[in-house]
Amino acid sequence: MIWALDIAMLFFLVVAALAAISVKDLLSAVIILSLYSLIMAIVWVELRAVDVAFTEASVGAGITTVLFIFALVRTTGRSED
Amino acid sequence: MKEEDVIIRTVIRLMIPFIQIFGLYVIFHGGSGPGGGFQGGVILAASMILYVMAFGVTEGRRKLTEKTNMIMRSTGVLIFSGIGLLAIIFGGKYLDYGAVPLPFVHDVVKVRELLIDGGVEVGIGITVMAVMVTIFLEFYPGGTSDD
Repeated sequence: MIWALDIAMLFFLVVAALAAISVKDLLSAVIILSLYSLIMAIVWVELRAVDVAFTEASVGAGITTVLFIFALVRTTGRSED
Repeated sequence: MKEEDVIIRTVIRLMIPFIQIFGLYVIFHGGSGPGGGFQGGVILAASMILYVMAFGVTEGRRKLTEKTNMIMRSTGVLIFSGIGLLAIIFGGKYLDYGAVPLPFVHDVVKVRELLIDGGVEVGIGITVMAVMVTIFLEFYPGGTSDD
């Protein structure tokens, strides 16, 4: 456990989460969400949960991003609210 | 997709074998280390998704047809439930791996390891890979036959 890395990763986690819900362009939101998943995977490794980190990296940062992007292709790319 | 993306196609053609080897490694070492059938299946599906994104959906459908995909989706579930029912047939509980008598292997721990890593996880991997590819192709423009 490296506490400085933990603090930095948790800080960037909160920043990425706030950026993902506040940005207007939905494609940017999807990419930031992928970044969120990547940071979350590092946090899982720090918590000694390598299996969960593996799932987070492959599903959260990989497949979900691809599915969100192709769902965006079929709809409009801007948030209305 | 455009026709002139030579770099993307070459890089993806080089990357796909390594991604698939890594996916198989994750599936077969699921019992003893991090990873497992689900994660390995997702990694295998990612290689197929990369292929479809680079070469188009018709080329991807030629590599993995809808019929093969459907057969793979059911085969994984069949492997999983088949091993579970095999344990019931040999007198154990459902998915009680130690009860299955394998030829040449008599150690119960070894039998359990073999059936988890080489049986159940492979079934999970096949099903997850086929289902992920199906979900992706349903989203992909022109991926389904109904539009």
